Amino acid sequence: MVTLVRTRIKPRAGTRGTTRISSREDRIANGIVYLALIVVAVVCVFPLLFVVAASITPYGEVLRNGGYIVIPRSITFDAYRELLSDPAIPRALSVTVFITVVGTALNMLLTTLMAYPLSRKDLPGRSAVLLIALFTTVFGAGMIPTYLIVKATGLLDTVWAMIVPGAVSVFNVLIMKTFFEGIPEELVDAARIDGAGELRILLQVLLPLSVPVMLTLGLFYGVSHWNEFFQAILYVRDQDLLPLQVVVRNLLARSQATENADAVLPLVTVQMAAVVVAAIPMIAVYPFVQKHFQKGVLLGSVKG
Amino acid sequence: MRARRYWVLYVMLVPALVYLAVYKYAPMYGIVVAFKDYSLGEGIVASPWVHPWYGHFSELFGSPYFGQLLRNTFLLSIYKIVWGTALPLVLALLLNECRLTWMRRWVQTLSYMPHFLSWVIIFGITGAFLSESTGLVNRWLEQLTGHTVGFLTSTDWFRSVLVGTEVWKDMGWGAIIYLAAMVGIDPSRYEVARVDGANRLRQIWHITLPGIRNVIILLLVLRLGHVLEAGFEQVYIFYNLQVYPVADILDTWVFRTGLENLNFSLAAAAGLFKSIIGLVLILAANRIAKRWDGQLW
Repeated sequence: MVTLVRTRIKPRAGTRGTTRISSREDRIANGIVYLALIVVAVVCVFPLLFVVAASITPYGEVLRNGGYIVIPRSITFDAYRELLSDPAIPRALSVTVFITVVGTALNMLLTTLMAYPLSRKDLPGRSAVLLIALFTTVFGAGMIPTYLIVKATGLLDTVWAMIVPGAVSVFNVLIMKTFFEGIPEELVDAARIDGAGELRILLQVLLPLSVPVMLTLGLFYGVSHWNEFFQAILYVRDQDLLPLQVVVRNLLARSQATENADAVLPLVTVQMAAVVVAAIPMIAVYPFVQKHFQKGVLLGSVKG
Repeated sequence: MRARRYWVLYVMLVPALVYLAVYKYAPMYGIVVAFKDYSLGEGIVASPWVHPWYGHFSELFGSPYFGQLLRNTFLLSIYKIVWGTALPLVLALLLNECRLTWMRRWVQTLSYMPHFLSWVIIFGITGAFLSESTGLVNRWLEQLTGHTVGFLTSTDWFRSVLVGTEVWKDMGWGAIIYLAAMVGIDPSRYEVARVDGANRLRQIWHITLPGIRNVIILLLVLRLGHVLEAGFEQVYIFYNLQVYPVADILDTWVFRTGLENLNFSLAAAAGLFKSIIGLVLILAANRIAKRWDGQLW
């Protein structure tokens, strides 16, 4: 039902064309490729740099230039000071940090506990459990019935409404299960002969070998919690429990109502600062984890 | 001994199964509200059944706005599928043709950075460029042409903004899988082609693209299975009253009808319609995809 990729990335440096003397035509082709790739890199990075620049541009310069320019002549961190002086932002940050830390921990615990038994091909009833899990990926009850159950279980307007309803991602369970299945069975058998129980096999044999998939899934879960928006607007009305993304979205919407007024410029600067604050942790974390991606991302990229 | 071994494994499965039962399967029982007149006070069980049982569905299908919702959902999805397939493919080809390892690595790392940004952040960035009063693009346009364009408020532009920002977000991420498939192509085939005098473009056309054809088709089919998912979060964050005629999709309508207007039953009926069509499409897509279940998959 769900197709997973089992390609392995080979070390690809210089797989072809390195020893050949390149023709003129080839050099032109290379030039076009490099140019196009530089354009791609700029398109990916420039928007963020511009937002950062806008967030540190002093009001005076905005007025002088008639708007934001790409490289401001002087900088100021007033927008960040103003942003953080609004108590709603630190509060939202603490909510987001809480759901990211606690949520990801719960996700990883439940995902591992589900993936390990399912990776054991000798387990009776394994395919039935898999079917139960897979069915939820092709048929969902929908927004409203899920809301009614979240309400019935008493989670509305609690921080848990943003953690518990998404406690396990079946896709991620499948990724981890596939990874476990790739670990040589002899290792597990050897541990078993030494008298290790299932829990010990999982903790002391499999987990140390599963660092790449754990980091990758941890990142997937962590990103989805840090970027939490959907469940918050569905289940949380209490302003004090809103996560950062929702608060930033409300801040961004403030300009739209008054977009044509003259006094919005400082507000825009503060908005850009909010965007930077909401984006930075993810941008700071992913390059470190991406080393371990390769397998995990390929397994997961079908899910998009 | 053996039974005890399994017993531990079953215990491990319990938390996740309880989760699935409560938050995935119990809501399927909650679907009955689509056939009731649900009221918050009475709850799921006590709310009265609607007569006839398909009352909410006939209200839904009879409304002219429903056709518009479907149209918006399909159009937005199809545009996203077309662009979201073509551009990552081009990027993967470029990366595959790049002979400088360091450059390939840098561009790839940078290109999937946007995937980790939330739609709220991307909305903020989009505003910095496209907002009619303060956006960079509109300032340039004003200097060049004397006019500004309301990209975020005009029905002519809004869908393009949605498609463009989605492609920006996921272009690098989408390229990963094509690139991996390209690495699997036998290098000796390129050698042979070069001996025959094929230039780079012809190598791409005759070796690279056919070599990953199965992957392209498979991903396309799987995405078509999700054609009713036009991207709730993105649309909800980006849209505004002026662009409802082109931007309101099934999911955003369900959200507003259910949670803002508290017409839970009608919203649930629309949701059930979407889930059932979605189920059929996904099962069909998977069946078709199995045909291309070639050497790579």
